[in-house]
Amino acid sequence: MKFIDEYRDGEKVRPIIDEIERLADEPIRLMEVCGTHTVSIARYGLRKILPRTIELISGPGCPVCVTSNGDLDKAIALARIPGAAIATFGDMVRVPGSESTLALERAKGRDVRVVYSPLDGLKLAADEPQTKVIFLGVGFETTAPAVAATALEAKSRGLKNFFIFSAHKTVPGALQALLDLGEVRLNGFLLPGHVSAIIGSRPYEFLARDYGLACVISGFEPLDILQSVLLLVRQLKTRNPRVEIQYRRGVNPEGNPRAQEVMARAFEPSDVEWRGLGLIPGTGLAFRKELADFDASRVFDLKLPPVKEHRGCRCGDVLRGVLHPQECNLFAKVCTPQNPAGPCMVSFEGSCAAAYKYDS
Amino acid sequence: MCVAIPAKIKSIEGHMAEVEVGGISRTVSVELTPEVRKDDYVLVHAGFAIHVIDEQEARETMKLFEELGALEESSRVLGAEGSSEKT
Amino acid sequence: MNLDLKNDSSSDRILLAHGSGGELSHELVSSIFARTFDNPVLHPLDDSAVISVAGARWAFTTDSYVVTPIFFPGGDIGKLAVCGTVNDLSMSGARPLFLSSGFIIEEGFSVSDLKKIVGSMQKTASEAGVQIATGDTKVVNRGGADGIFINTAGIGLIPPGIMISGSNARSGDQVLLSGPIGDHGVAILSAREGLQFSTALESDCAPLNGLVAKMIAASPEIRCLRDPTRGGLASTLNELARQSGVGIWVEENRIPVKEEVRGACELLGFEPWNLANEGKLVAIVSSEAAEAVLNAMRAHPLGRGAIRIGEVRKEPPGKVLLRTSIGSTRILDMMVGEPLPRIC
Repeated sequence: MKFIDEYRDGEKVRPIIDEIERLADEPIRLMEVCGTHTVSIARYGLRKILPRTIELISGPGCPVCVTSNGDLDKAIALARIPGAAIATFGDMVRVPGSESTLALERAKGRDVRVVYSPLDGLKLAADEPQTKVIFLGVGFETTAPAVAATALEAKSRGLKNFFIFSAHKTVPGALQALLDLGEVRLNGFLLPGHVSAIIGSRPYEFLARDYGLACVISGFEPLDILQSVLLLVRQLKTRNPRVEIQYRRGVNPEGNPRAQEVMARAFEPSDVEWRGLGLIPGTGLAFRKELADFDASRVFDLKLPPVKEHRGCRCGDVLRGVLHPQECNLFAKVCTPQNPAGPCMVSFEGSCAAAYKYDS
Repeated sequence: MCVAIPAKIKSIEGHMAEVEVGGISRTVSVELTPEVRKDDYVLVHAGFAIHVIDEQEARETMKLFEELGALEESSRVLGAEGSSEKT
Repeated sequence: MNLDLKNDSSSDRILLAHGSGGELSHELVSSIFARTFDNPVLHPLDDSAVISVAGARWAFTTDSYVVTPIFFPGGDIGKLAVCGTVNDLSMSGARPLFLSSGFIIEEGFSVSDLKKIVGSMQKTASEAGVQIATGDTKVVNRGGADGIFINTAGIGLIPPGIMISGSNARSGDQVLLSGPIGDHGVAILSAREGLQFSTALESDCAPLNGLVAKMIAASPEIRCLRDPTRGGLASTLNELARQSGVGIWVEENRIPVKEEVRGACELLGFEPWNLANEGKLVAIVSSEAAEAVLNAMRAHPLGRGAIRIGEVRKEPPGKVLLRTSIGSTRILDMMVGEPLPRIC
């Protein structure tokens, strides 16, 4: 498959690793903030082939993992509305809120359907006018424009039975909040390639300018990630931290202006709670009042249980990059993908799930 | 944080396009990439094309890999020649 | 301890994930069924039970078919119901002889669809050389079954001297795969509403008894046979590794996957080894027998793409290791729940 296979070529790996080894003569700590990077690194065993001086830390990059229990509870409460069908990405189905999961709700007879695209949710609503279709909007800037476009389409079609619950969040503000906590020591960031396809490289410039961190916007194939690590190491060796784009085939410095515009038409920044990071002002995406009729959080009166955090679960610490999954007392003993204590273990892109599943 | 894959545009009709990846076809929205044309490759995420892939840039990236490989190769070869010269 | 969720967790309710062939399915079987039905015949938990009757060894198995959609590219629930049970019998080395078929039909189901399905079953049975000797039919109220559910049970005769079981693998054995994986899984997904992609790919659904007979004729040193149905190749390899207490090491670059399956996996975020197959098998054979068995497989229409994908080692016991396409090695785990398309 074009633009995929070439970047998985084993022959090309050795020279990159050798060069990294040659240059990385002191410990370097790099954080990735994208669940798809977490999975790719684990799936290809990249930590095992990189030199020991390079430490790859996972940050708050899994949009499902960073969704607060309060928001998860809202999604579950929406599933309980009579006549409602939840349309959701697969990622959300098994994630535990305070008391339940969507999978459990489905087992109890609620209508929960997995879709690949918010447009599938829209189609569902058009095909079943008697059903209140509620789409769960989870994801960062990669997904938000698609959901925005879908909401605007629903409005232009005058649909009366389609709603969206937005738990969308934006990345750059969260990175700043994370750094301002002053907990995690980093030399650089592996930045998310597809979020950047939308927002471009400029929103990250503060990371290099104000925090002196090396930054590379990376693609997702193993060669992309390895090349990005090399570029980061070079930036550090030459003491020239900046925001570089490794994923040149996927990212322009200005991003996708059209997608940004669609996003801005549907959403406005809001204050939202991130698991592990608390309330970060301006990093949520809430529907503008013009789309109030489609905003599930405005339309529905939800009966919510008291928010209960998962006892003993250290997902928040893992998301902040201060705890490796394997360092958690519950990891693999009590907390497993079959019996997860928190979202990081059950989410496809959770750091704990990746560590458990791929033994990395 | 998001799975987006490169797919080829087979046909476009208004806001929608038929794309193909490895023999699998799907209809996606090209509302976010209105400049797209037939035979372009796009990154597809959640049923939407979010970026038109720059083939030239992709070639540049591959060239970098190859250059690194060639550098390695030549330094190995030089190393070997060096030692044979000594004998 | 995940106390909060335990009050109302998967331990109280059966979830869809319990049926998908991965970790949760195995847990359900071992903690409820195997524990309660506890007897030496059930104990090995192979695809078929092996029983000795009147000096001969018989394989006996059952399977239920609940697939949606009922008609899919390359087959239907009827064909699946026959192949599935024929194949389970074949995986113990048995020659399948007789099947039963029980139908649970939803009120309102189309008679002409029923005729098509039953016709399909007969066609497949005849292709496999088995007879459907007995059956049962029940009709339930609308909503009580997803159109139609079929259960088939089967018996077959195991040739003397053939000892094939999931617990027989030992260090040094070779792991063979009969052809490309993931076709059935993708064909089913493509026919389902909600995912909306199209492909020319068809299910690989086929009876494997002919192929198995050829393999056994080539060598008696076949240790294990298993068909990677629900849960995919990863689940099957993990089952075998656990049952035999060995480590199974496979190479990603050697696992054949059709282009369309790779495309669908990329699109939906799956791995091909988590997807179901209905016409493929994994064979673990002694290293001496590997070449002869492989040749026998390749000479059969259902084994043309047969390839050695890896080997068995002592360590790490009960685990499967994958050498990735870029040369690193990592664990290949069983799936936990159902493969759900993901975006993140």
